Amino acid sequence: MQISTDLSRSAIRRSGRARFVLSLGPVCALAGVVWALLQPYRITLLHPYGQGFWWLLSEPPIYVVLVGLAFHWLVAPGVVEDLEEAERERRL
Amino acid sequence: MPPSEHVHWWFATGFLVLALCFAARAAVGPEVWDRRPWRRYLFPGLLFGMGLLMFPVMVFFTSSTIHMVAHGVWAETMMLAGGASLGLAAGKLKSPLWNLTIPLGLFAGGVAILVHEQNGWFYSRAAFGHHLIGWIAVVGAIIPLVLVFRPRSIAVGVCFAALLVSISTVLYADRDTAPIFGHLSREAGHPHR
Repeated sequence: MQISTDLSRSAIRRSGRARFVLSLGPVCALAGVVWALLQPYRITLLHPYGQGFWWLLSEPPIYVVLVGLAFHWLVAPGVVEDLEEAERERRL
Repeated sequence: MPPSEHVHWWFATGFLVLALCFAARAAVGPEVWDRRPWRRYLFPGLLFGMGLLMFPVMVFFTSSTIHMVAHGVWAETMMLAGGASLGLAAGKLKSPLWNLTIPLGLFAGGVAILVHEQNGWFYSRAAFGHHLIGWIAVVGAIIPLVLVFRPRSIAVGVCFAALLVSISTVLYADRDTAPIFGHLSREAGHPHR
């Protein structure tokens, strides 16, 4: 008789492909953070005085972080959802 | 007007988005990726848009005929590859051989980069970046060429994404005037930072 839920069984088991897609955004964002730590002078917002408009707009490490986050939040969930649906259809 | 190095960084961001899309598409396969219409048009639309945006760069950021011609080649080949991919995504074009426009664009773009760079590898960082990116594009064109004939290959798809990441990285490293591995020609001028 089962008296408690086995959490390890109810946890969603994702395929390697789904995990790969879900890891792309965080890896990209992490690369941007590491870059910012290695070359903080590439972020002019950290020392904004005397910088013109374009230098304050152009923050390459932040671009990389934003691309990673945007991909993770806007693209990856739908791709994984469709992938899991396709895998379910294949099993039926 | 923004400095030209900023324009390189914006295009680097575009290539990074393309790389993430291609990596995900390679992992899940074209059928799954194309299930949602907006996603089907995502990277062809971005590629076409990048080609379109290259035209103002050609007009406002080039200082010689060879620079203008090279930027024009990139604009046209990116628009051709993006347009053909849009046609395939919309079902207006049927033959998968239209995908050959991607390796063609990469190869022609790489040749244009190498031809328009008049200075040696260690003249400045920009010169080094141009030589490197040119050879990455010329040699790397083989990857999308293989992808045309093996569109479901995960390994080739991920390699293509890695190729786009390498192009993006070199573009992000670009500076208007900066040394490369300690080398900077006296004729290049004073480094900005």
